[in-house]
Amino acid sequence: MTATAPSALIEAHHLNLQRAHKTVLSDISLSISAGQIITLIGPNGCGKSTLIKVMLGLQEPDSGQVIRRNRLRIGYMPQRLSLDQRMPLTVTGFLRLARHASHADIQRWLQRLGIETLAPLSVHDLSGGEWQRVLLVRALLMKPQLLVLDEPVQGVDVQGQMELYQLIPQLRDELGCGVLMVSHDLHLVMAATDEVICLNGHVCCSGHPDNVSVDPAYLQLFGGRAQPAIAPYTHHHDHSHCQHDHHPQQEDDA
Amino acid sequence: MMDIWWLMPLVAGVLLALIGGPLGSFVIWRRMAFFGDTLAHGALLGITFGVLTDINLTLALIIGSVVLALLLLPLERSSRLSSDTLLGIVSHSTLAIGLVTLSLAQGIRVDLMGYLFGDLLAVGRADVIWIVAAAVLVGALLIWQWRGLLAVTVSQELAEIEGHPVQRLNLLLILMLALIVALAMKVVGILLVSALLIIPPAAARSLSRSPEQMVVLASIAGITSVLAGLWASFRWDTPAGPSIVVAATALFALSLVAKGVSARD
Repeated sequence: MTATAPSALIEAHHLNLQRAHKTVLSDISLSISAGQIITLIGPNGCGKSTLIKVMLGLQEPDSGQVIRRNRLRIGYMPQRLSLDQRMPLTVTGFLRLARHASHADIQRWLQRLGIETLAPLSVHDLSGGEWQRVLLVRALLMKPQLLVLDEPVQGVDVQGQMELYQLIPQLRDELGCGVLMVSHDLHLVMAATDEVICLNGHVCCSGHPDNVSVDPAYLQLFGGRAQPAIAPYTHHHDHSHCQHDHHPQQEDDA
Repeated sequence: MMDIWWLMPLVAGVLLALIGGPLGSFVIWRRMAFFGDTLAHGALLGITFGVLTDINLTLALIIGSVVLALLLLPLERSSRLSSDTLLGIVSHSTLAIGLVTLSLAQGIRVDLMGYLFGDLLAVGRADVIWIVAAAVLVGALLIWQWRGLLAVTVSQELAEIEGHPVQRLNLLLILMLALIVALAMKVVGILLVSALLIIPPAAARSLSRSPEQMVVLASIAGITSVLAGLWASFRWDTPAGPSIVVAATALFALSLVAKGVSARD
């Protein structure tokens, strides 16, 4: 794993992080190339967000290293960004804060995501789904080579989730960027995902979600589209060190 | 040149209110009200230091407030946690130490009331030169770094990833605040500095739709308060500093009424 892949945008090597006697990250290595979509899943408190922060350089690991391509442009959509009511701010005003963002770019991305009507509104008046899209525009304004999305569909209704999951691979194709995404769901990931990494402090398991069993229950739940934008991810192992349940379907059937 | 005795206080007050609009807005947005208060209280130590070493008192005031700001900078980063107790201790202990030391310094008489409550009418030409220089400097820095300062205030995380120099911008803001707090002490006094910084932007908040609008309205509210306070002070012989704060508070109350009326329409 030490050889650096020439196409890698960002690589993490043997990351370790301890917080108050609890191992948050344990010997985690991963690499993302341009055009690749990687989804991180895992139970709450498994270190997903911490891993993202370390990869972004917002937090230092105890050991291990993160190698970014020179001048790597990262677009980051945080899991939660609550704005203080004390500052009056319109959507356009918020987006203008992105470094080097031009008015034309802001207009273009707002239209691309179909939210140009939000531009003059106050950021304090948006719904959860609208705010997520605004945050995504802010990330896209960086002309990212790597798009990092921390639970992008959190607080978004089912219809909105489907749309976002269809949008992300399109954006990947348009920008030619790599995507690192955290999913809030253990068992449903975006169908366009190239690699799923299951995290529980350490990398539990990883792989291509090619065993997409088109579960009628999921299709029904998400509108029964011909091309599902989501796919169930079945874990092919039962390591005793993974404490979460990897087999929901069996439970559901029971 | 005409030597109009009220010209100096007027220029000083208006300039400080002008620059206090944007700075005070940042104080509100970043929840630094107590921080500004602490800087003002700590500045009294600067005066003590100035009296004892016989350097220019305005300069001593600025040094005291800047040094304190640098010492408190690590605190501000975690100010969303409970650092209010620590700020309270620093704030009141520096004030107390300053007062005790000043009383012990024999043969030196300092107009203590002037520093506590401000003595705008005693502002002279030298003070105005300091204030003009500071207002030009801080105003230029604010315009130059506006987008970055705003980005850091909205979200440090996003700003850092987007390549804004977060630490340097935080430092810049703190230093500008320390400078203006030190100079504003002359006008409204230690005890009322943060009132002058906070009340005009608070009045502007409910009437504005963008940070820029809030800043401009805050400056206008601040200048109006200074003019009204000074006029009241001449008219009824009330202390200038408190009169300005009373005027600002009246404007704040008016803004609430205006907001209530517009919300009903």
